Amino acid sequence: MISALAIKDSAIRRGGRLLFSGVSLALEAGQACALTGPNGSGKTSLLRAVAGLVRLDGGEIGFGGMEAEVARGDGLHLVGHADGLKSGRTAREELAFWVSWCGGTPASAQDAAEALELVPLLDLEVRRLSAGQRRRLAMARLLAAPRALWLLDEPLSPLDARWREVFGGLMRRHLDQGGLILAAVHDPLPLPTLSLELAA
Amino acid sequence: MSMLLTLLRRETALAWGRGGGPLVAVGFYAGVATLLPLAIGPEPARLAAIAPGAAWVALALATLLSLERLFERDFEDGALDLLLLSPQPLELTCFLKCVGQWLATGAPLALAAPVAAIGLGARLELAPLIFACALLGGLAFSFVGGIGAALSLGARRGGLLTAVIVLPLFVPPVIFGGGALDAFAGGLPWTSGFALLGAYAAGAVALGPFAMAGACRNALS
Repeated sequence: MISALAIKDSAIRRGGRLLFSGVSLALEAGQACALTGPNGSGKTSLLRAVAGLVRLDGGEIGFGGMEAEVARGDGLHLVGHADGLKSGRTAREELAFWVSWCGGTPASAQDAAEALELVPLLDLEVRRLSAGQRRRLAMARLLAAPRALWLLDEPLSPLDARWREVFGGLMRRHLDQGGLILAAVHDPLPLPTLSLELAA
Repeated sequence: MSMLLTLLRRETALAWGRGGGPLVAVGFYAGVATLLPLAIGPEPARLAAIAPGAAWVALALATLLSLERLFERDFEDGALDLLLLSPQPLELTCFLKCVGQWLATGAPLALAAPVAAIGLGARLELAPLIFACALLGGLAFSFVGGIGAALSLGARRGGLLTAVIVLPLFVPPVIFGGGALDAFAGGLPWTSGFALLGAYAAGAVALGPFAMAGACRNALS
């Protein structure tokens, strides 16, 4: 299990433009960090770099002594705008697939669906879901397949007030269990966090 | 293991939905089998001579049609990111995507191929060989085509780019398979062409996933 996340002096260049450089962060088990910054400042790129999907152009990312490939293989979840859900398949099919792909079981998928009140939606095609319902469906795998590090890209933006509250509670529970959260946000998260601001 | 089975099930279902499946295969073949006599002229002797080859080319083109979406949709909607964040190596994921593509597109097309060829006037005893060639050839087309689909990720008009990359690589299996069918029809030894087709398919299955995984990683970063 990932016990710490250390980003040291990282820099990312996209399409010839330097998004940021010299960004560092140390996150311990049980801590969350709110990643802020204006549009285009590189929040999503930094999250994707932690997930190993984008190459850093400088600096390094460590997972508390764990080998990066192992840590990324089954130690972290990434939930963002591109949620990987196929609009033509039913919510049930997509939930079952992603939970199983992330190492969860049918029973854990069912529990997550109940916790996120997805049960009445499961027979709908994903295209029929609202943005908030769709986000909850994507979040179900956070609960159904426990992984230590959550990388969240504007997790609350499509959710209504009640679900922001509920998801805040789920994040606090994750931290209490020794998890780590790095979330790109525009509004503050409903829990105490470290903060890291990327300049424009 | 169950993880890989669910991936294979999903890929097959998705490929079925994006232009695979028996109806599309049969429809495509019916279209080709109807167009050819109109274009070439209805003399039975001429049609019978080109029938196996025509079925073979149609198979290559039909595979090409469904290839565009093999990686593109997963790339666009973020599924490829999530497929990567797994203890399973991306090479294995690519392998299963291609197998799913083949099960949903190649296998129904292989069933339709002898029917179309016989409809155009090929001799009945050619049917098993056409089926076997189409099955093996479809495997080669899926895996070689997957490389093209992965390489053209993120490009505008990716489908066109895929075709340009992939069509030259389709030449060897088309030659081997077509040669085997011709030789068989002419009563000549046909096994060498068939064996070469099998070798090409085996090579594509063995090496293709590495190329696809490399191309996917490159497209994402």
